[in-house]
Amino acid sequence: MALQLLFTGLGVGSIYALVALGFVLIFRATNAVNFAQGDFAMLGAFAMVVLAVDLELPYGLSIALALIAVMLFGALFNLTVYYPLRHRGLLPVIISTIGASILMQNGMLAAYGPQPQTLPGILSTPGIMVGSVFLDSQYLIILCITALLVVLQYFFFEYTLLGKKMQATSQDKEMASLLGIPVAWMIMLTFIYSAFLGGLAGILVGPILFVSVGMGSAISLKAFAATIVGGFGNVIGAIVGGLTLGIVETFGAAYISVPYKDAFAFLVLLIFLMIKPEGIFGEKIAEKA
Amino acid sequence: MTETVVMDRASASRRRYFPSAFGGLTFAGFAICLTALPLAVSLTGYQLNLLMQAATYAIAVFGLVVVLGYAGQINLAQAAFFGLGAYCVALGTTDFGLGFWLSLLLAVCVAAFAGAVLGLASLRLGGHYLAMVTISFQTILSLTLNNWISLTHGPDGVRGIQRPAILNDSRYFLAFCLAVLFTAGFGVYRLKRRRLGRAMQAVRDNEIAAAVSGIDTFATKVFAFTLSAALGGLGGGLFAGGFTYISPDQFTFAESVVFLTMALLGGVTSAFGAAFGTGLLILLPEWLRFLKVVYLAVYGAAVVLIMVFLPDGLWGIVTWAKRRLISEPPVDRQSIAPLPLTRQAACSAGQALLEVKSLSKHFGGLKAVDEVNLSVRQNSVHALIGPNGSGKTTMLNVLSGLYRPMGGSIVFDGGTITNAPPHTRTRLGIARTFQNIRLFPAMSVLDNVMVGAEQSGDLFSSARAVRNHAFSALEFVGLAERAYRDIGSLSYGHQRLVEIARALAGNPKLILFDEPGAGLNHGEKDRLVELLKQLKDRGLTVLIIDHDMAMVEQVAERITVLNFGRHIADGASRDVLRNPDVIAAYLGEVRSDAA
Repeated sequence: MALQLLFTGLGVGSIYALVALGFVLIFRATNAVNFAQGDFAMLGAFAMVVLAVDLELPYGLSIALALIAVMLFGALFNLTVYYPLRHRGLLPVIISTIGASILMQNGMLAAYGPQPQTLPGILSTPGIMVGSVFLDSQYLIILCITALLVVLQYFFFEYTLLGKKMQATSQDKEMASLLGIPVAWMIMLTFIYSAFLGGLAGILVGPILFVSVGMGSAISLKAFAATIVGGFGNVIGAIVGGLTLGIVETFGAAYISVPYKDAFAFLVLLIFLMIKPEGIFGEKIAEKA
Repeated sequence: MTETVVMDRASASRRRYFPSAFGGLTFAGFAICLTALPLAVSLTGYQLNLLMQAATYAIAVFGLVVVLGYAGQINLAQAAFFGLGAYCVALGTTDFGLGFWLSLLLAVCVAAFAGAVLGLASLRLGGHYLAMVTISFQTILSLTLNNWISLTHGPDGVRGIQRPAILNDSRYFLAFCLAVLFTAGFGVYRLKRRRLGRAMQAVRDNEIAAAVSGIDTFATKVFAFTLSAALGGLGGGLFAGGFTYISPDQFTFAESVVFLTMALLGGVTSAFGAAFGTGLLILLPEWLRFLKVVYLAVYGAAVVLIMVFLPDGLWGIVTWAKRRLISEPPVDRQSIAPLPLTRQAACSAGQALLEVKSLSKHFGGLKAVDEVNLSVRQNSVHALIGPNGSGKTTMLNVLSGLYRPMGGSIVFDGGTITNAPPHTRTRLGIARTFQNIRLFPAMSVLDNVMVGAEQSGDLFSSARAVRNHAFSALEFVGLAERAYRDIGSLSYGHQRLVEIARALAGNPKLILFDEPGAGLNHGEKDRLVELLKQLKDRGLTVLIIDHDMAMVEQVAERITVLNFGRHIADGASRDVLRNPDVIAAYLGEVRSDAA
């Protein structure tokens, strides 16, 4: 039972981790928090419903097209929601992304209606038994892809020129632009990549949850909680935080209460904020004078 | 920053001095007429409901004006506080039989308590953390309202909410709500122009500058958050009474965003604007019924568009027009009293006013300040110099309480202040300015200086006294005529002078200057030297950091030199500036022959 829950918790946690990574990357590039990050996941999942279910395209092609669509949307999002406000501080950007989130959800509601949609899994086999634990194939795929992405991303940021330029941009925009790095493009790329991460999370989680307009904000809030638990702005923290919350939530639902399942992540968050606000991996928060 | 030509466009950024008695009377007349409206005019039940919703929502939106508009702290759970209030009245008047008035009082108290707890837990962090905490609270409350069925009746909601007998007629209840609305609105409007309101705005504009101006920033933020929650609870309590039926889906996160949109659309720094935005967004859906399903999508788009194109909301247009049309009042310089710098240090001249012993502050492995001793004598001008990165500004930050020292002690005028917070030090008589000027950019020059005057601990008898004192401080630095200007319209040099005026307005014993000469032209520098000398003549003690050695030699009697965080020389100016170690530290070589 416990092992089974652990497996499920890790699977759910991986989804939070993927969206949380998107949060962290945007935060590092722009010092802004994108509250619509989870809605990229919602868009990705709906794109899959349209492509793979409604249009009956092959699953692999659908995934590719859905990812491209979400990435284009990420670029558009940057141009309309973030870029005009880039000099105006944290609060206006937060509020603007919340507005965009409402627009995306309700726009999708108007287009597709409130009925939750189903999406078939990537593999046709439901899963395998290992000992007494049933390993669901979709959860296995989620775990593998998340792990793979984390490794790829690490190499991208540490060993490629583009990755280093993006890092430089996130650390000091002014200096980066003096060195000839096109900062606006780097931010654009960051938005596109984090839209990709969000969209991928949606595509992967779609077959497990129902695809609904509200799925994004539920994931988004917990992913954001994960970034704080892990240590804000920290890539490894986002992953560990995501997995932690996934596990806490799964165990909480199994042993304590199902109706309050969604409350556990936030309780963990509130506890962290009161006791260790810098999170597991974060540096101590100190204001700079 | 280079030298800036001092040029003020006469048309730019005027502020108007409001004859408050006249405005207040107009408002009172207007309010009484509107309150009586539901009694005088016959309204349909539907119209009554719309007005009831607008009035109760607007009260909650006033809460956002306080917390977001004035104090600059985000609150994404106003619907939760509204809901808490509503459930207090709903359950209080039905299941618990407490009666309406007691339930309404409970609504305000419970919401305020929740706000205070949440604020105490999270306001040290601010920004996105606060956004997240409030969303968490909102989510947990929604889940609880739906699932704790034995208490809340769950998703079915609460029916048969009671009103007091005298207000049982909906028209009377609406009139009562409107009366509360106008009272709350007037209170919020007045708050902006009061000591507390100015403190909130100062915290919003620049938290560090607010702290060294004597404001307890954390307490101010918690208070703003609590007040905001209380207004939410009040609005919610009235909402429950007005509609006599409530359910959990009326108090979700989406509704919190609606509250936020109302405040932003109208203008989040103005009570009038917020009320206007609320009315508009309650009526708009009625006019936009044809939009049906996309109506919320339009809402979302509106939020983005407002943020991009109307940062000050619709009320911003009114403010802008008012400034264009009405010229600022003249400043009668003859009537300004000379600045009284009356605070006397307990120690006599020549004794140490500030005594620092083996003070240390490390950042990781970097020893920014390492066991430094410093003794600043009463009524002297003392300079702290050293090459870039030698720890001078860190030293000032430790002295003014922005950084906690890791070792050592600070004694000021006989009292130990080693671990005192910044605002306490300011109130004890330590003022400071910053190398990169820190003003409150959204407030007028006069308001900036008033913050310094009223927060420093000197209790003035009246608002007028604070105002006069601020004018005296401005006149002292030569800027009284620009009192009503916006900070942004002043030159760099003048902004520095405003910062000095703000520090002086607090009537300090010791003033810390962090590179006051940086970025000033010759004329401005001469004026600065003159001002420093005047301060000494008036009995103040000055600790100054600067790189301009000619200026330092001109004003300072004693100099302390730092290099790599360590104290390398100390003594009378003339001797220190000829000390070979000091010259080596600056030029990087040992002096061999003539200099």
